[in-house]
Amino acid sequence: MNSEIKTSNEDLSVSDPFAAAFVEEDVRGRSLWVDAWHRLRKNRAAVVSGVIMAFMLLLVVFGPMVLPWEADFTDWDNTSTPPSLETAHWFGTDAVGRDILVRTLEGGRISLLVGLVATLVSLVIGVTYGAVAGYYGGLTDRVMMRIVDIVYALPFMFFVILLMVVFGRHIILIFVAIGAVNWLDMARIVRGQTLSLKNTEFVEAARACGVTHNSIIRRHIIPNLLGVVIVYVTLTIPQVILVESFLSFLGLGVQEPMSSWGALVNDGAQDMESAPWTLVFPATFLTVTLYCFNYIGDGMRDALDPKDHL
Amino acid sequence: MSKPVLRVQDLAVTFSSYTGGLLNRHERQLRAVDGISFDLDPGETLGIVGESGSGKSTLARAILGLVKVSRGRVMWRGEELTGLDEEALRQKRKEIQIVFQDPVASLNPRMTAGDIIAEPLWTFYPNMERLQVEERTRGMMKMVGLLPNQINRYPHEFSGGQCQRIGIARSLVLNPKLLVCDEPVSALDVSIQAQIINLLKDLQKKLGLALIFIAHDLSVVRHISDRVMVMYMGQAMEVAEKASLYRRPLHPYTNALMKSVPVPDPKLAAAARQESWLKGDMPSPYQRPKGCIFHNRCPLRVKRCEADVPALRRLENGDWVACHRAEELDLSIQVPASG
Repeated sequence: MNSEIKTSNEDLSVSDPFAAAFVEEDVRGRSLWVDAWHRLRKNRAAVVSGVIMAFMLLLVVFGPMVLPWEADFTDWDNTSTPPSLETAHWFGTDAVGRDILVRTLEGGRISLLVGLVATLVSLVIGVTYGAVAGYYGGLTDRVMMRIVDIVYALPFMFFVILLMVVFGRHIILIFVAIGAVNWLDMARIVRGQTLSLKNTEFVEAARACGVTHNSIIRRHIIPNLLGVVIVYVTLTIPQVILVESFLSFLGLGVQEPMSSWGALVNDGAQDMESAPWTLVFPATFLTVTLYCFNYIGDGMRDALDPKDHL
Repeated sequence: MSKPVLRVQDLAVTFSSYTGGLLNRHERQLRAVDGISFDLDPGETLGIVGESGSGKSTLARAILGLVKVSRGRVMWRGEELTGLDEEALRQKRKEIQIVFQDPVASLNPRMTAGDIIAEPLWTFYPNMERLQVEERTRGMMKMVGLLPNQINRYPHEFSGGQCQRIGIARSLVLNPKLLVCDEPVSALDVSIQAQIINLLKDLQKKLGLALIFIAHDLSVVRHISDRVMVMYMGQAMEVAEKASLYRRPLHPYTNALMKSVPVPDPKLAAAARQESWLKGDMPSPYQRPKGCIFHNRCPLRVKRCEADVPALRRLENGDWVACHRAEELDLSIQVPASG
């Protein structure tokens, strides 16, 4: 069949003398993504937040390897000591003599992991589900979105407690529980975007060129709604971290000896008067992270959608 | 005479909309295209003109199979397109292509010009080698008057006219036999319009394309068409050879459209304006006038027009017209129409 399509350019004479005059290097295009990246780099709050988050990530990943303490090591000589350089417990210790710095960093691993994984799960499910519902429309759309409505109506805490009762407490369950709820919002946002995208002329042009439905969704719909999705993702990560902290604060989250920022804040809050450092340090890490993600999300929104927010 | 490549027979497209609430819901039908028939010979150009809302674009989309046809058929080289299932129709898309009205909106902003032009190749020749695809893409860019070294640029880095050239390259990359141009120049400024029309003319000659060229402006259509169809509210008012249509329009509506072409000479323009006699707007498509659908705006109407629907009939010279008074009226053009 390929013989039908000629690839030699000899028969394609040039109708524009201008075009013939230049045969030079390919010009590099500047995609909308690159444009957005340049705008994002000009946003100081977002850049500073990004740097802090990168630093935080390194700290959380490599910190516990470098520090002399294990997270579950109990230093009986130094229980509830305030931060000091002499004891080498820079952030102090808790009531059973565990190093707060190591525990904060290890807790950060869990908190960030929950934030990233649960968001990723909701991203994959939500984008696929929403794009399919929006693109095919009609009855498919109505059935799929009613399912979303029904799941949405389940009370979240009830759902989590039920999962805990049935399967026992496990870190995976937290991913599942948060992911299962968060993809609903994502699906709704993506569906709305898809509905407006599928009536654009370039999608119609793709249909006229015989592009299959799957390729249209993959090549034309999803890249064009990714901007909105990325913004939503950066704003979902802190939200998920907060939900996990909330669950841990209620005692439904991670279990000892594992820890997360939420669990540490919970522990610290109980000794707040006698040992305030057990609360202050994990709470600071948690807050800084939440702020940073929100600033990055804001910056992304301005960068990716310059028309709406000037 | 050669066999027509495209036969459109009694084609109709109806859109339904719903009014009222959940309980007293009732359907309203909008007949966007209502019984259009025509033949198109290989290499021929048919111009389609009409006001906004006369169903031109819907007709184009119906021929392509992009909207659901409610009546009639589209025959492509002896094969009926209207009954084909999705996959079979998809295969036919290699042969029939479309150029859209808004050059910028019809290109995906996230894809490079090269990818946009190459996409039909990926779709129909998935095993074609990358180098071959690229070579073909560059060849197409050259052919439509774009610099091939701009292959990696994005649509927002091109002007409107260049974007339309990308759209044309995309529609021609599969070597189609028929190109439907849906107002390809109405979003462009006048000097660019001429470039694009000349480009289409050149390409048609070189590739032996049959062309359906839609515009709302008779002066644009004049340059490119062999025959012209005038549409009003989804129906054909007149189908005539270009020469005879521009010398002597048969239908009062055609005449009205002619008179609305802007005349650059102010003296002539004043004379033309006095004669401009297209009054009011097109009636609501939900309430179609009885009798001739044009009668309530027609200055030459007689009693009969309000009751009888004029059929589209063939006159002695081979032109078609849907007017009771076509023979008795002489609508010859006195004012020279602008180029």
